[in-house]
Amino acid sequence: MDIQRDTLVEMLRLLYTIRAFEHKARQLYEENRLAGNFLGALHSYEGEEAVAVGACVDLRKDDRILSTHRGHGHCIAKGADVKLMMAELLGKETGISKGRGGSMHMFSPELGLLGGNGIMGAGLPLALGSAFTAQYRGTDQVTVCFFGDGSSCQGTFHESLNLASLWKLPVIYICENNQYAVTTPVAESFPVPNIADRAAGYGCPGVVVDGNDVLAVYEAVGEAVGRARAGNGPTLIECKTYRYQPHCMVIPDRRDTAEMEEWQERDPIPRFEQYLLDQHITSEAEQMQLRQQVNEAIEAAAAFAQVSSLPDPDTVAEYLWA
Amino acid sequence: MKEVTYARALQEALTEEMERDEAVFLIGEDIVNLGGVSGALKGLAARFGAQRVRQTPLSEAAFVGLSVGAAITGLRPVAEIMYVDFVTVCLDQIINQAAKLRYMSGGQLTIPLVIRSQGGGGTSEAAQHSQSLEAWFAHTPGLKVVMPATAADAKGLLKSAIRDDNPVIFLEHKLLYATKGEIPEEEYVIPLGQAEVKRPGEDITVVATSLMVHKALAAAESLADEVSVEVVDPRTLVPLDMNCIKASVQKTGRLLVVQEACTRGGFGSDIVRRVTEECFASLVTAPQVLGGANLPMPFSRPLETACIPREETITAAIRSLVS
Repeated sequence: MDIQRDTLVEMLRLLYTIRAFEHKARQLYEENRLAGNFLGALHSYEGEEAVAVGACVDLRKDDRILSTHRGHGHCIAKGADVKLMMAELLGKETGISKGRGGSMHMFSPELGLLGGNGIMGAGLPLALGSAFTAQYRGTDQVTVCFFGDGSSCQGTFHESLNLASLWKLPVIYICENNQYAVTTPVAESFPVPNIADRAAGYGCPGVVVDGNDVLAVYEAVGEAVGRARAGNGPTLIECKTYRYQPHCMVIPDRRDTAEMEEWQERDPIPRFEQYLLDQHITSEAEQMQLRQQVNEAIEAAAAFAQVSSLPDPDTVAEYLWA
Repeated sequence: MKEVTYARALQEALTEEMERDEAVFLIGEDIVNLGGVSGALKGLAARFGAQRVRQTPLSEAAFVGLSVGAAITGLRPVAEIMYVDFVTVCLDQIINQAAKLRYMSGGQLTIPLVIRSQGGGGTSEAAQHSQSLEAWFAHTPGLKVVMPATAADAKGLLKSAIRDDNPVIFLEHKLLYATKGEIPEEEYVIPLGQAEVKRPGEDITVVATSLMVHKALAAAESLADEVSVEVVDPRTLVPLDMNCIKASVQKTGRLLVVQEACTRGGFGSDIVRRVTEECFASLVTAPQVLGGANLPMPFSRPLETACIPREETITAAIRSLVS
C-alpha cells in the first residue's frame, strides 16, 4: 500500500484526537454528574478509533457521512472542530448543533456530516438519500454510513442494502462490529460468523476487516470508495472491533475482564505507532510531540466549552421550521 | 375555470412543479406501472423519465428514509405511501428523522419533503387500509399536515407543499380521487395555513376535514330551511388557521367538528380545546366532536358504515346543537 506520509501522520493525529476527546468528555461528564448536572447519555468510541479514521481520512470534504449514537470519532475524522463538539456535549449555544442535539446528534453539513442518530439503524436509509442525490445530480460524491452490529439486525439494514445494490447507489456501509448491542453479545444477535457475509444476499461485495488496524480499514474503504465513485454501487464492510467503555456511562458493564484485556492488547493506537516506527515514518519523539499537541487542543476545547454560554430559553422554538 | 377530477388536479400540480424545478422527483411503489394506486401519477414517468419517477421495491422505510436523505442534501422528493396505514413501517423515518433533523441540527439541515398518502374508509378494505391518521402527524412537532377536500385545494395545496422547505404530510382521501371540481385555468397556489369557508352561515360552525367537508356541506344543504350552517375547512391542520375558525365561532356561537378519524385523541379535540381556550365567551353551547368510532374499521359494509360520520349523523348533531 502506497500512502503519503502526510496521510499517515494525519491518521495518527486523528487517532490521538479521538482517544483524547473521549477521555476528556468522560471526565467532564463525570464532573458534571457529581455536581448534579446530568448530561444525558455519552457513548464512548474509545477502542474503535481506527474504523472512523481509516474510513474518513481520504474522503473529500464534499463526501458525506451518516454517523451513529457513538459518533464522536466519525465527526472528528470528518473534520469537525473539537471545540464545537465539546461545547455541544455541555449543551452550549456555541455547540456544533447549537446545543439542540447533544452527544448523539452532531451535524455539520458543510463538512458532509449529516448527523449522528439515536435510533439504531436509522442512518442506513438516510444514507441512501444522500447517495441518491449524488447519483441524481451526476456528481461522484460518495456517502459513508456507519452502523453497529446491533443495527445490522434492524429491518432498515435489509431494505437499505437491497435498494442500494439494486440502484447501484454510491454508498459504503460500514458495520462497526464492537461485539455488543448494549449488553447483548453478537452470538445472541445473529447466527452467522460475519455480518459482511450477508452482502451476498444483496449482490454486492462484503468485506471483513480487522477494525483495529487503521491501514486495513483504509485499504478496504478506499477500494469501496473507488467502486462507488465509478458508479458500481455499494460495498458492505464489517470492521471487527471492540469498545472499551460500557455502552454508555449509565449502563452497568458485566463484560469478561479477560476478553477486555485481550482486545486492549490489539489497541489500534500502539499498533499504528509501532508501524510508523518500523517504517521510519515518524520517530518516537515526533509521536510524543503530536500527542502533546492533540492534548493541548483537547484541553483548549474543554475550556472553550466550559466558558461558552448556555442557550437562551427564549430561543427554544427556533430552528423548528425553515 | 375548468372541471377536473381530484386525481387530475394532483397530477397537474406534480407536472407543473416538476417542470418548474428539476430538484423535484417522485418516489414510491407502483408509480410507474400504475401511476400509483390512485392513478394520480399516470403518465408522469413517460413525461419525466425513470430518473425522476422512481418506482421502488416494497420498502417504505428505505424509500421514505431515502427521501429524507435526499431532502437534506438538496433535492425535493415527493414520496407516495400507497395507503396511509403503511406508514407504520416507516414511522421512524417520518417521526424521528424528517420531523426532527432540522431542529436537532440547530437549523443546519433543511428538509423540503412531501409525503403523499391516501387515507379514509368507505371501500370495504378493512382495518389496515382505511384509517385516518392525521392526528399522529399533527401531534409531532416539525411536520406540516395538509388534507385537501376538493380538486382546487388538492392542486393549489400540493404546489405549496412541494415549494415548502419543511416536511409536509399530504393526506388525500381514497373516495375523493374521482370527484370533480372546478379549478382555475391559470397557475395558482394555495398557501398552507389558510382555512376556507366552504359555505357561509349564521347559526352554527361546522369544521370538517377531507371527505367530511362534502358530507357536512350536504347536511348543511339539507337543513337549509331550518338552520343556517357555516362550513369551515381548515385544509391544513399544521399550520392551523385558528383565526378563520374563531371568527366563525364568534359569529355563530356554536361549534361542531366532524372528522372521519377515530374520535378519541383526534385532531377535532384539539380544535375544540383551542376554541374553548381562546373564545369561550362566544360559545352559547358546549362544542362537540363527531368523529369515527373508536374501533378498527370493520370489513362488512353495514359495520363500516356505522363507524364513519354520515350526512344523517351530521344533520342530527347539528340539530341537537342548535336546539
